[in-house]
Amino acid sequence: MDASAAKLIGMGLAAIGMIGAGIGVGSVWASLIQAVGRNPAAKDSVQTFAYIGFAVTEFIALLAFVVAILVYVS
Amino acid sequence: MRRARASRQSAGNGNTRTPADPSAGEEWDKHLAGLRRLAGADVKETTVASPLDQFTIKPIVPLSLGKLDISFTNSALMMGIAVALIAGVLVFSVRSRDLVPGRLQSVAELGYEFIAGMVRENVGDEGRKYFPFIFSVFSFVLMGNLLGMLPGAFTFTSHIAVTFAMALTIFVGITLIGLTRHGTHFFSLFFPHGAPIAAAPILIPIEVISYLSRPISLSVRLFANMTVGHIILKIFAGFVVTLGSVQFFILPGILPFGMLIGLTALEFFVAFLQAYIFTILSCIYLNDAIHLH
Repeated sequence: MDASAAKLIGMGLAAIGMIGAGIGVGSVWASLIQAVGRNPAAKDSVQTFAYIGFAVTEFIALLAFVVAILVYVS
Repeated sequence: MRRARASRQSAGNGNTRTPADPSAGEEWDKHLAGLRRLAGADVKETTVASPLDQFTIKPIVPLSLGKLDISFTNSALMMGIAVALIAGVLVFSVRSRDLVPGRLQSVAELGYEFIAGMVRENVGDEGRKYFPFIFSVFSFVLMGNLLGMLPGAFTFTSHIAVTFAMALTIFVGITLIGLTRHGTHFFSLFFPHGAPIAAAPILIPIEVISYLSRPISLSVRLFANMTVGHIILKIFAGFVVTLGSVQFFILPGILPFGMLIGLTALEFFVAFLQAYIFTILSCIYLNDAIHLH
């Protein structure tokens, strides 16, 4: 196989890691909506945790992207 | 050896040589040409810069100390502007010391209250003396992210050298705070309360590794978020040019342009969110070091 073709396939494979992050981020926001729906008074305190959880989960997607870019640049 | 020294020096300064590979630009041109062919239309020749160009560090005042490159770069310039802006706004806004704040003073007070509340909630009263540091970190990162959103500006938070230097400073500082407060008792942080002692050989390495990976995850999160956001903006800007230059029909360019406006708004939100996350995680780490679980 051509090396540049393998590179593109590798980039695509690296992007698969974003599936998990997508599920995770969705679950974070879904839980936030559920929690606020059940107890609207808790919104402020729950929101902080939701944003932290979002950032930590999103980090996985970014790692996948960084790996893809590294494959492209190297 | 020389390379290692140079890279250490540049990490200290917050300046890096980007690994920008000259062939990446050509690759991008080829990619664009392919996109135009895909569009199938008769397109005008347009030149679009590579989305990675915006991260290039250019020396403004070339300086060198022996073999070390200590040039004053655009990255350093933006950092200087950020610090000057923060200091200027804070000093200027509270100069009048009104009891009922005006607009600018309200902004300064809001920022102060926001971070003070964050430190109070996450660290408690002992955290009060670290408030100036946390506030400086927040305003520096926020200003870096926001300044990067100006067209043509350089985002210094999109370089791992800058964010990692900051994260490492925070990490080492917090570890030292923990060690001076608790002495050797600090290492009980690596063993969760109530776990059976037999689990120690497994738990302690895991906890140590997760503790040591904190500066990496803290810095990579900020750097990757800013880099990715700016690359996406530039890619969509490229779509606007490519699709808009289809001769017979200008409408396709409007679609990615609308998307671009939305993405810019999102990027402003991300700029704030990442500064917030960076600060609140620093607070949580500080809380760990002060209260040990």
